[in-house]
Amino acid sequence: MAQKPRIKLPDQAAIGDVIEVKALVNHVMETGNRHDADGKTIPRNIIHSFRATYAGEEVFRAEFGSGISANPFIAFFMRVPGPGEFEMTWIDDTGEIIIERTPLAVV
Amino acid sequence: MTLKPPDTAEQSAEGPSRNSPRLDRRALLQAVLAAAVVSHQASTPRAMAETTATPAAPEQAQMALSPSQLPEPSQRFRDTYASLIGNGTPLEERVRVTLPEIAENGNIVPYKIEIESPMTAEDNITLVHLLSTANPQAHVATFHFSNHSAKAVVSGRMRLARTQEIIALAQTGTGSLLVGRTPVEVTVGGCGND
Repeated sequence: MAQKPRIKLPDQAAIGDVIEVKALVNHVMETGNRHDADGKTIPRNIIHSFRATYAGEEVFRAEFGSGISANPFIAFFMRVPGPGEFEMTWIDDTGEIIIERTPLAVV
Repeated sequence: MTLKPPDTAEQSAEGPSRNSPRLDRRALLQAVLAAAVVSHQASTPRAMAETTATPAAPEQAQMALSPSQLPEPSQRFRDTYASLIGNGTPLEERVRVTLPEIAENGNIVPYKIEIESPMTAEDNITLVHLLSTANPQAHVATFHFSNHSAKAVVSGRMRLARTQEIIALAQTGTGSLLVGRTPVEVTVGGCGND
């Protein structure tokens, strides 16, 4: 990946707060429906899996199809169980695995 | 989703198949006007209203989508939906899918799925499928909530090949199914048919 994924969290949160977590990764999300100039199908290459853990526990997971836009963005909610770090993992059709970790400032 | 064969025929045929009946009528009515309308889709309703009152005209005469304007769900969608619901009967409640009424660029269309649920151990939503009734692939995404989710709400950006209805099919912790839907009109389709 040319660019680091971006994860957006509140500046700080208290235990029990419900926070929105936003994650964006750069990826072409090639659908497999397109053709090159010679009429050959451009092979599908999408991020098919996304998983978010917090303090080691899964908090959200998604499977994507080719109907998800390029540079997939996802936003979901979590009730803060305590201090911890997010780990987000994206996996594409070529087997590339992108991992990004971000701590949450828990007050 | 598995890689499916290219599907350019269906999508590239979409524009002409929608336009040609109007072109035929228009050709009979006024050839010059036809050319003008093709280059200015937005002016079509007014132009049609001034020149004719054919029964087909109301389809184009209002901005908001009515059910009759939506394409029939694709066979792919019907197969996908049938396999997801199994022998269950989804309830048409508690699921709200929000997309723009009109999407100008089908490559990037924001969606939001909100499911009413307290998200407790006893009463929660485990997952929700986002489905397209007219894209080359019906399954757009599946989102799995957890016992930390707090809200059964998810948003992101999707591709839309053409005007269609978008469906969210959710499953509760007890295994019952809930469904919500919304129409969206697409000006320029996405999904990468070059």
